[in-house]
Amino acid sequence: MEKVVLLGDEAVALGAIHSGLTAAYSYPGTPASEIMEFLIRQSAGGKNFVAKWCVNEKVATEEALGVSFAGQRAMVSFKHVGLNVAADPFINAAITGANGGLVVVTADDPGFHSSQNEQDNRFYADFARVLCFEPSSHQEAYDQTREAFDLSEKFGLPVMIRLVTRLAHSRAPVVVREARGKNQDFKYGYGPDWTLLPANARRRYQDLLRRQKDLQAYAEECRFNEFSAADQGQRLGVVASGLAASYFREVANRLEAKPAFLKISTYPFPQKKLLELIDRVDEILVIEEGYPFIERFIRGVAGLPGKVIRGKMDGTLPASGELRPEIVARVLGLPVRNGVSLGDFKLPARPPQLCPGCPHSDTFKALNEALQGYERGNVFSDIGCYTLGALPPYRAIQSCVCMGASISMAKGGAEAGVYPSVAVIGDSTFAHSGITPLLDAVYSQTDMTVVILDNSTVAMTGAQPSFGTGEPLDKMLVGLGVSPEHIRVIIPLPRNHQLNVGIIKEELAYHGLSVIIARRECIQILGNK
Amino acid sequence: MYNIIISGVGGQGILSIAFVIDQAALAEGLYFLQSEVHGMSQRGGAVESHLRLSETEIFSPLIPQGEADLILSVEPLEALRYFSFLKPEGTVISSRTPYVNIHDYPPLEEVFKEIKKVRESWLIEAGQLAKQAGSLRAENMVVLGAASRYLPLQEDNLKKFIRVLFQSNGEKVVETNLKAFDLGRQAAESQA
Repeated sequence: MEKVVLLGDEAVALGAIHSGLTAAYSYPGTPASEIMEFLIRQSAGGKNFVAKWCVNEKVATEEALGVSFAGQRAMVSFKHVGLNVAADPFINAAITGANGGLVVVTADDPGFHSSQNEQDNRFYADFARVLCFEPSSHQEAYDQTREAFDLSEKFGLPVMIRLVTRLAHSRAPVVVREARGKNQDFKYGYGPDWTLLPANARRRYQDLLRRQKDLQAYAEECRFNEFSAADQGQRLGVVASGLAASYFREVANRLEAKPAFLKISTYPFPQKKLLELIDRVDEILVIEEGYPFIERFIRGVAGLPGKVIRGKMDGTLPASGELRPEIVARVLGLPVRNGVSLGDFKLPARPPQLCPGCPHSDTFKALNEALQGYERGNVFSDIGCYTLGALPPYRAIQSCVCMGASISMAKGGAEAGVYPSVAVIGDSTFAHSGITPLLDAVYSQTDMTVVILDNSTVAMTGAQPSFGTGEPLDKMLVGLGVSPEHIRVIIPLPRNHQLNVGIIKEELAYHGLSVIIARRECIQILGNK
Repeated sequence: MYNIIISGVGGQGILSIAFVIDQAALAEGLYFLQSEVHGMSQRGGAVESHLRLSETEIFSPLIPQGEADLILSVEPLEALRYFSFLKPEGTVISSRTPYVNIHDYPPLEEVFKEIKKVRESWLIEAGQLAKQAGSLRAENMVVLGAASRYLPLQEDNLKKFIRVLFQSNGEKVVETNLKAFDLGRQAAESQA
């Protein structure tokens, strides 16, 4: 059997290819980007299968749904917050159902490595009432992806795969199996099932509810949910899911008496197996990466009379942040070694920062200077490298919430009396979710200034293509109805500083909607040419 | 189990070191599990990779606190950042060449003094040796070369995968990186 060295992300990608993938779609976002990077490299320019970056996660999910409707296998992948953007098609795809296998991959980011929250997308799978896999290893990431496509077709439902950063971004050998071909024929979905008029939707939802018992039955027997009994006299039971189960296994061989152990890697979680464990122990320790999802179900409102339940909700484990093997060791009463102490030595932090020569730094310097003298102004910003403009030495922005929010918030701010109300957004983020709020601002002729930082790429995640850059961006702005005399282009370079400050000042002073495009290519992609 | 932390600043080629060790481990039939950093931290921030080698199955992608056998650092201050992971009897191999992109970088002598508190620690003139090999960007391979006699892997295998890693950049780049590796190894041996 062939062994291939893969990132967790890549194990999912290769699993999809070997499942007869017809098309995959994504929007860049850490820690999920490497799924699509791998697929694009393997797609031979689309000859083998379609692998494409999309304008945003909602669009990506709908494109995948269209592939599924046509009876072919499709995958969509994104970071956890991407599913917020794609929630509408995701939830409703559980109602239409899947025709060709449809797999939705979410890479959650416990510990906030590269994200604005650490939401746990297992809740979304539960919400949509679909199956969810949570692999505990690279091998499972591959195997479960293959299983996910088969199950999606068997149950006629989308299937979710939930990764976490440490699995997505770690590398290990994976044993791969023989690839399956693509689905042979187009087999269109049945129209009335896919047309969610209330009458159809009610019928489809009843069907989804009926299928829950099939999903539950599958999870009870699923080989990825493993139960092992405790040693004689041990009254502790451990329930651990996904990567948390691997942290438990890392330290478990040091325990004198083995606890009962239920590893959960498939949801809805196996209730019978869980009851079997609960029945045999006095104390239950729940270890999971993310929110206390399983723990909350076990506790219910009333807890379990006569049993002690420990986990994130009683403070046994930290409620936030990533798990680590030593955290799990400590909770199990195992000693943890001390490393080497630095004593009094003060170790300075080395936070990420804008690259030397980054165009954003010149834009922020000019913007800061242009804003001097205004007392009630605010700069709303967005998601990208330029969010680092919040840090010294720039301190140029005062918000970062979600993709596209800079423009909508600047509009709201302006309507509440903020002046100048400025939005700072990157070109790709603008294409992703900035166009619709700008249309809103055009309609209201809001007194605000939008600065689009056009560096021609999705820089933070590794220079993926942008959908809103260069001349097409200029045309888009005119098409949206922004007044052409208030669409200004600046070239953010130190030598243009005074000129740029002047242009920004003019547009701040203008009582209406202006858009300033700060256009210079990302220094990283310039360096790679 | 042999646990390695590879550290440095985003852009210094931490993942290239990890690639070479991973592939050599695979060639020698070892299990390995290696975690790495992508995304925001790569922009001039501190980056680290946890790399674990074993003859038996490995479960955790993270090295537990106090259980690293080796810190292999392309930047001296970054070596210190992971000392809480290092076994007291562990080894530190670090470049002496600082990467100063923060205003509060401590005096270099103080950084060296801290590193030298670990009995098995080696500071390598990685910047200078990389330049001698033909490219300042080969500091990472100098440090890998210096660490090579500690790794539970054969030198030939490491070099084989340095070749694999750089072959698409042409023979000259391959030779530069192999030379950087050799110079690093010699420097460590002459200190020992």
